[in-house]
Amino acid sequence: MDATTSYFHWGFILISVPNLLVIAGMIVLFAVALVAPFPRGREDEDAGS
Amino acid sequence: MQAAKPVSVKDKPDSWTLRVRQAIDRQLPMDHLLPHRQPYYVGSWVYVFGVVTIAALVWVVVSGVVLAFMGPQWWHDSGVGRFFNSLHFWSVQLFFIFMVLHLWGQYFMAGWRHGRAATWAIGVVIFGVSILTAFTGYLSQQNFDSQFIAVNAKDAMNAAGVGAFFNVLNFGQMYGLHIMLLPIGVTILVVWHIVVVRARGVVKPIDPEGAAPR
Amino acid sequence: MKSMGETQEEYYRGVRMVPYDLVKELVIALVGVGVLALAVSAILSSPDVPPVTIAAWAQSDPVDFVTTANGELAGSTTSAGYGNPYDTNSDGQAWGPIAPQKWFGTRIPIDSADMFVIQPLQRAAVGDADLDAALKTWQSATSDQQGKWTDAYGKALATATVTGGNVVVANGDYGPLPVMMSGLLGVAQAGGLDGLLQINGRFYQTDYTPALLFMGDGGYLSAQAEHWNLLGDQWGMMNETGRYPGQTWLWLYTMWYQVPPFTSDTGFLGLNASNADLGIIILMTLLTAALALVPFIPILRDIPRWVPIHRLIWRDYYAPRRKVL
Repeated sequence: MDATTSYFHWGFILISVPNLLVIAGMIVLFAVALVAPFPRGREDEDAGS
Repeated sequence: MQAAKPVSVKDKPDSWTLRVRQAIDRQLPMDHLLPHRQPYYVGSWVYVFGVVTIAALVWVVVSGVVLAFMGPQWWHDSGVGRFFNSLHFWSVQLFFIFMVLHLWGQYFMAGWRHGRAATWAIGVVIFGVSILTAFTGYLSQQNFDSQFIAVNAKDAMNAAGVGAFFNVLNFGQMYGLHIMLLPIGVTILVVWHIVVVRARGVVKPIDPEGAAPR
Repeated sequence: MKSMGETQEEYYRGVRMVPYDLVKELVIALVGVGVLALAVSAILSSPDVPPVTIAAWAQSDPVDFVTTANGELAGSTTSAGYGNPYDTNSDGQAWGPIAPQKWFGTRIPIDSADMFVIQPLQRAAVGDADLDAALKTWQSATSDQQGKWTDAYGKALATATVTGGNVVVANGDYGPLPVMMSGLLGVAQAGGLDGLLQINGRFYQTDYTPALLFMGDGGYLSAQAEHWNLLGDQWGMMNETGRYPGQTWLWLYTMWYQVPPFTSDTGFLGLNASNADLGIIILMTLLTAALALVPFIPILRDIPRWVPIHRLIWRDYYAPRRKVL
């Protein structure tokens, strides 16, 4: 893990592959969180509190 | 013996203690601090990023406490020390990952509405102070990375006029800030952030123009 | 007067509440994040490239070391002409009247030539008659004469070679400099300069300012940094040594260092490469303030309304499922 890493170069953007993976992973995680179904609890409460 | 004065909301009681307690009861009663129900629309995984950020922060602090106890040299010379440094390093990565996801979520939910602008602002301050805390952490590593970060970052600090007061080349200063003063600051801010979230409750969905509120 | 508690009751009036276990959620998050962090730590470890020493620098690149030391005496190194907080040999960075670098004074006084070269040599000269004589020659010469020597020696160093650990230059009039530099090189290669600059005359010390400033004046530290892509013009602020993720959250801060006007010498509106640090700090302060004030900034605060991401997050609210009867 202590060897030099590769870089993604596009125009003026120069980003390390580990950093790119982190950012891409975050975008994927956000998208998944948006669409994944959320476990529903029992609906047993009245309206209001 | 005098009869006890009846206490009502209209009379300001003499006792400061009572006044503080009543203010807390009004602002953050226990069933708002620890509610066991939420509005039905709190049903998306996006809501989870906040608590996961807190969880990551707990692991940052726990691993940091171990590193602080054993001293700044330990993790360079010991396998166990290196493991705790790794735990600290990756917890910090997770902390920033989840904090930014939480920021994205709150942005697209416009979480500042209905009187919650302060909650949002405190969140941004937490982001800034966390970056500063991480920065002092990177400077405290006592390896090549901290050498170069120090030599490079000093130019920005000096240009801004703060370099003499916040000397990134001064390990002692950076270390003290990192293990004590800044974590205290982050913790106070996070507690404040959670308190105002619980005091106000979760914000309602964004309503389309003209729709009747549900 | 309405209380906050009543306000929350009013806020949620008519809203259906469902069970939601916050404490269980926190415990699950703690366990989940913990397992993830422990696993990644065990598998990937963390970066720890050992620090560079002055000794390593002097051994690996004696010519660069001597060139730097000569530069300190000449006053031509970065630290020698830095300005505040180290000295007043430059005004530092400024943008028009905004010049905070100058405003707060010389609070960390560093005389580069004296601290990095003369003082260590004075210690090394004890018991070394030649070095002692060379030092005396240097210190009794006029600054004009000193300048001539450092000038000539600096030019000669550009084509210097290393023979048997010594820096060899073409013949010329360099005064006492070859003896002084050879002496300093010897101290450095033996590790003595690390000790002298770190301890700085004390016993206990936690401030590495002199040693780091001296190393920063040379090319060795930055050559190592370039190897790891840590330089400012390599988006270095975001990067980490090895195959590890760095500080991805600094992407916007480091981005400005890659674009005009901060990359150009002519620049724009007085902002250019020579005051990039100041300009970018001002810019990032304004952008951070804007982030905190998003609730009050038109367009920025309206984008969430226009972008339908919230319709995914609250899809039950916008299109509730009908109960099957």
